[in-house]
Amino acid sequence: MVSTLTTTERQVALLLSALVALAGLALAAAGRHDPLGAHGFMILVYGLVCAGAVARGYYGPEPNAERLARYYDEPIKAGLVIAMAWAVVGMFVGVWVATLLAYPEATFDQAWASFGRLRPVHTTGVIFGFGGNALIATSFHVMQRTSRARMPDQLSPWFVLVGYNLFCLLAVSGYLIGITQSKEYAEPEWYADIWLVIVWVTYLVLYLRTLARRQEPHIYVANWYYLAFILVVAVLHIVNNLAVPASLGGAKSFPVFSGVQDAMTQWWYGHNAVAFFLTAGFLGMMYYYLPTRAGRPIFSYRLSIISFWGITFFYMWAGSHHLHYTALPHWVQTLGMTFSVMLLVPSWSSAGNALLTLNGAWHKVRDDATLRFMMVAAVFYGLSTFEGSFLAIRPVNALSHYTDWTVGHVHAGALGWVALITFGAIYSLVPLLWKRERMYSPGLVELHFWLALAGTVIYVFAMWNSGIIQGLMWRTYNDSGTLAYSFIDSLVAMHPYYVARAFGGLLFLIGAVVGSYNIWMTIRSSASAPRERFGDRPVAGPAGASAAEPAE
Amino acid sequence: MAVEERDAHTGYLTTGHEWNGITELNRPVPKIIWLFLLSTFLFALVWWVLMPAWPLGATYTRGLLGVDQRARLADDMASAAAARADWMAEIESKPVEAIRADPDLMRLARESGRTLFADNCGVCHGVTGAGGPGYPSLVDTAWLWGGDAQSVAETIRVGINTGHPESRLSQMLAFGRDGILERQALSDVVSYVRSLSNAPLAPAEQAGVAAGATIFADNCTACHGEDGRGSQDVGAPDLTDGFWIYGGDRRSILASVDRGRQGEMPSWETRLSPVQRKLLTLYVLDLGAPQ
Repeated sequence: MVSTLTTTERQVALLLSALVALAGLALAAAGRHDPLGAHGFMILVYGLVCAGAVARGYYGPEPNAERLARYYDEPIKAGLVIAMAWAVVGMFVGVWVATLLAYPEATFDQAWASFGRLRPVHTTGVIFGFGGNALIATSFHVMQRTSRARMPDQLSPWFVLVGYNLFCLLAVSGYLIGITQSKEYAEPEWYADIWLVIVWVTYLVLYLRTLARRQEPHIYVANWYYLAFILVVAVLHIVNNLAVPASLGGAKSFPVFSGVQDAMTQWWYGHNAVAFFLTAGFLGMMYYYLPTRAGRPIFSYRLSIISFWGITFFYMWAGSHHLHYTALPHWVQTLGMTFSVMLLVPSWSSAGNALLTLNGAWHKVRDDATLRFMMVAAVFYGLSTFEGSFLAIRPVNALSHYTDWTVGHVHAGALGWVALITFGAIYSLVPLLWKRERMYSPGLVELHFWLALAGTVIYVFAMWNSGIIQGLMWRTYNDSGTLAYSFIDSLVAMHPYYVARAFGGLLFLIGAVVGSYNIWMTIRSSASAPRERFGDRPVAGPAGASAAEPAE
Repeated sequence: MAVEERDAHTGYLTTGHEWNGITELNRPVPKIIWLFLLSTFLFALVWWVLMPAWPLGATYTRGLLGVDQRARLADDMASAAAARADWMAEIESKPVEAIRADPDLMRLARESGRTLFADNCGVCHGVTGAGGPGYPSLVDTAWLWGGDAQSVAETIRVGINTGHPESRLSQMLAFGRDGILERQALSDVVSYVRSLSNAPLAPAEQAGVAAGATIFADNCTACHGEDGRGSQDVGAPDLTDGFWIYGGDRRSILASVDRGRQGEMPSWETRLSPVQRKLLTLYVLDLGAPQ
């Protein structure tokens, strides 16, 4: 990786690594009587390792100007490998916590192994570790290809990728040692949050700079979605994490909002994290990899416009549906509910646009598991957005809220939509980036597809059953007019579904392991170096790149 | 430089742009999308008119139906209370013994007492009331503070070793840890205590019983009584009945004498209503055979 950096970039990289290491040292010293100290030490080591890596390659030959006639794909490759590593770790912890729910005593009497600490390791590992790295890597690919322009420099993509993973590592390790601000999907404390702001703004600027260099008159839809993802996540992250540290030598901070305002801010964040992290970003992915794999034009450009603006506008209002029947004023709940209902049609338009794009290519869906991953992902996107709007209706929510139905809904989206579209994109991308004819084993892609689909279906059905049973048990009255079931009765009734859920998750995890093996073997296999195809190179940029026009 | 192309499969023109091989059809939005979109807008509009919806500075649009979630909750609670008011009133007013003699009322008390017990008491005493290590069984005949209706109701109300001003208070001293008894004396008194409930004693234990009896008489009788039958006035357990909260084996009894015991039970006075506590009293009395 260092060999692709210019001398100036190597110097800046060394400086940045040293600054990170210094910041780590300062935190380690200031927080020596606090869990913060451990994190300071981690940051110090991380900075030193980066500095060491740069130093080792520092005196290597500089990349020649010929590079400017190519896309910059090294950070994409690294991002995909890191994403798959997070997938295996995050899903493994997911199966672990699912097993804990069925057998709650299996914590070895250790604080770090309690459900409350492991669960965010799972959610952060899969959402931010797997999903985030996959989004960053694919966005680097899509923005360059659809702009026909190379990224403006070599350092900022690495800064984004390496910096983002430092954030993920701080988050996950913090939960295990008890550092959390107890906001769902925003658990990391103030210093990690500040670091993510720096990384994320760099990401946004990098994306905008690349778009500014584009050699296409128009910006393709996928970029709208990726940009919405980056921009809105920045806004959400900053506002929801406004907090005052209790001291600069400690990890603990207190949010500036309190009570119902804090709850509303948190779920405005939480629901838009679903909207812009887990939906918009992955729609960007779908808009590039699905049509290229299917070899079909997008069903309707006009429909894309309706979907995009519908989703970006309506999602912003929907967060309050997480707080139905709470201290939140009734009118705020009404707005959340009605905007969630209006969100349905734009969401379905995206799913429909994707599925109808496959018209004329259904034989490919039948034969190609990679394209089938993306097709089923669009189906699950449609299913879970319908379910989401449905669950947001207050009287429905009265039954579903606080039950496993919510968990099932989230996983229909997270497994069925987010993970499947990502696997489809990765299987499309790996042979392209490493210049192979195809994946090492198409049979293993097929196996992964069926494991993932079976796991998702088992998981979602188990949670639908347990969620609805729970909801009904909690509200059933007996003839004498008092509650018919105790809470523990409902727990006993859940046990078989929890076992089934853990099994479904296990299938999904095995699929991810099979996929990682397949990707690894594809990378390891000797390059079959297919002929360069049209679109493999950027159009000559304004930066004075020499003869970069593709051969054809 | 947009060049529209006609897609052979669908017959539509593309928008004329192409990104890395991707094109888009310039197909109009299907009518059904507009229809669905408009119907969800209409639904939202109607809902806004009927329900509290839009903020207006310090207030908000109340909606034509005049629905308010707090008022609705209060109504729901009131109507649920009304549905069980007849028999609840009887439970509240009648003496416990009269209720226990009334099979219809007892059926209702058992029905609602079961969930009340499992939700509030089951965490410690177990959902069946059988207790567990450290938590007394409520299905046996042994009672720390008395098994009559009044005693059980009072224990539920004030709790044991709580911050309630009238809390029941009880403490077993840490005879070993605090240096009140020597090591040998601890061992002997444990042997004696085990002999009280006719536990099968090893020969080595047999030897200590006589010495243990003296130590017991000097140190333990104030609470547990000369005969070791305990006292419900101070919550001292009966050591002769063969029921044990913390275990009746040699090791467990030694631990109790060595480090003392001070079990806690929460006070339920502020958490549960009087009639709920009465239901629990009835349910607990019904669980075990009273004295």
